[in-house]
Amino acid sequence: MKTFGGKVLFLDRSDINTDEIIPAKYLTEISKEALKPHMLEDLKLEGFDPRDPELQEARVIVTRANFGCGSSREHAPWVFEINDINVVIASGFARIFRQNMFNCGMLAIELAEGAIDRLFAHRGANASLSVDFKNSRIEIKSDKGSEGFDYSVSGFDKALVEAGGWVEFADAKY
Amino acid sequence: MAMTLSEKIFASHLRDEPFPGTKVLSLDAVLCHEITTPIAINDLVARGKDRVFDPSKIKVVIDHVTPAKDTKTALQGKILRDWSRRQGIRDFFDIGRNGVCHALFPEQGFIRPGYTVIMGDSHTCTHGAFGAFAAGVGTTDLEVGILKGVCAFREPRTIRVNVTGKVPEGVFAKDIILRIIRDLTVKGATDCVVEFHGDVVKGLSMEGRMTLCNMAIEAGGTSGVCMPDEVTVDYLWPFISGGYKDRKAALADFRKWWSDEGCAYVKVVDIDVSNLAPQVTYGYKPDEVKDVAELAGTVVDQVYIGSCTNGRIEDLRVAASFVKGRKIADTVRGIVSPATPKVFREADEEGLLKIFMDAGFCVTNPTCGACLGMSNGVLAPGEVCASTTNRNFNGRMGKGGMVHLMSPATAAVTAIEGRITDPREFAKGGRS
Repeated sequence: MKTFGGKVLFLDRSDINTDEIIPAKYLTEISKEALKPHMLEDLKLEGFDPRDPELQEARVIVTRANFGCGSSREHAPWVFEINDINVVIASGFARIFRQNMFNCGMLAIELAEGAIDRLFAHRGANASLSVDFKNSRIEIKSDKGSEGFDYSVSGFDKALVEAGGWVEFADAKY
Repeated sequence: MAMTLSEKIFASHLRDEPFPGTKVLSLDAVLCHEITTPIAINDLVARGKDRVFDPSKIKVVIDHVTPAKDTKTALQGKILRDWSRRQGIRDFFDIGRNGVCHALFPEQGFIRPGYTVIMGDSHTCTHGAFGAFAAGVGTTDLEVGILKGVCAFREPRTIRVNVTGKVPEGVFAKDIILRIIRDLTVKGATDCVVEFHGDVVKGLSMEGRMTLCNMAIEAGGTSGVCMPDEVTVDYLWPFISGGYKDRKAALADFRKWWSDEGCAYVKVVDIDVSNLAPQVTYGYKPDEVKDVAELAGTVVDQVYIGSCTNGRIEDLRVAASFVKGRKIADTVRGIVSPATPKVFREADEEGLLKIFMDAGFCVTNPTCGACLGMSNGVLAPGEVCASTTNRNFNGRMGKGGMVHLMSPATAAVTAIEGRITDPREFAKGGRS
């Protein structure tokens, strides 16, 4: 199983699409390693700089609604994975992106908008987030204090994370 | 119990339900292209599982970058080519026979009512136009599909969209779907199948229905769906005639997939198109849609007519009807990409290519081309493209470029005027 948690990158916008996460011009790559420098390169978000060295320290993304919409490219979860970001927390995901995350043994956690707002309250205060996968609970800690949230993922998605991904799960079962 | 079309497909293809709400379906078609498949192939090889579940159910095309533009894309093509040969996949479409996947595969008769279809491409929802459940997936789902012939989905919910009224002059399937996406929003159909009903849909050709279903994903939808009817039977008849006594018998068979009276919809949307104006996007999301008149006069640098949304013969006929005998503006780079070799050939035989070329358009080979800025037609920063494609995302056609999505008719008149133009005003002889 992958390791989950660490420093948080806040992306305060809804409808971030996979073209923004990894532009199509890099889809000619056939290794995940080659994607590494191009994470979020075309993200349209005020004040966001894809070359900010702090991005390399991020281990968790917290964002808004409909994250990962658009193209089905699994290069989007891959570019996160190769940058050691294995958790995305949002108020909603596009279907294909969400499934791609779990298929790779990564976590796409959906929380209510109110809970997302409370996570965003820790922005700019050295926030880090830990994941208790067994008990389906996250905890955020920052200069502003700490706060815990229960989450739920489907039994299937949980099993995918435990198996290490869909190929492993399906190969053992079908 | 009354069921929707997709519920019927799920019930008939259910292989396993490993957890409540998760349905593993057996697949009728696994479609592959050179962008998302090579990594799946390499992974299977690395795992010592270089096999396919059924070579006759795997269809393969090189379409995004063709001819190859550099060593990397040449290698993607080679991996696909070598694998197809090695696995005995007969339906492999290499250069000379290749075209945009979502136009080519239906044209080959590969998609049938009641089928389950996946592809590592979000616009796979196009194929629901045939009454299939067709979903875009990532490379891992594709890899398992190739190896095991299965894919897992959540229980589908269905949104019903009733399209009624009289379609006005200058308004086409693209305008209708842009308007529907505006109403549903980019996330309004997430985890849902979008069923298109109503007299307007019944009156559309398969090409028009594919344009509708193609953009279901832009509202977050898993698959677009139309009920398979006489139009579907006629389109598929060359491929299915051996299996049925006559077309009536085929229709009777197809009807079993229709959503039942009284089935459960999560939402019903009614849209009367009688007063609908031509539509265009203005921002970086496909639900940012206005009447063309509101953007009229916006100067464009490039006009692109093609793609899995609007690169079919009907689209080229409409565009050519406006272009005929005219020249595109000196300030515009016009590009037409017929979606498949068959479309290219028909457009040639009907004189459409000559019309486009006489007007100053560049006609390219069948390819995804400018749509996602991977091969040709890339915009420079600050440039604007009027496009018949499906996505206006930031950077989609090149970093710093702006894409306005519209119908082939609007794109054609925009090319002539050099600025966004309402095709109805153009037809009247006046600028909008």
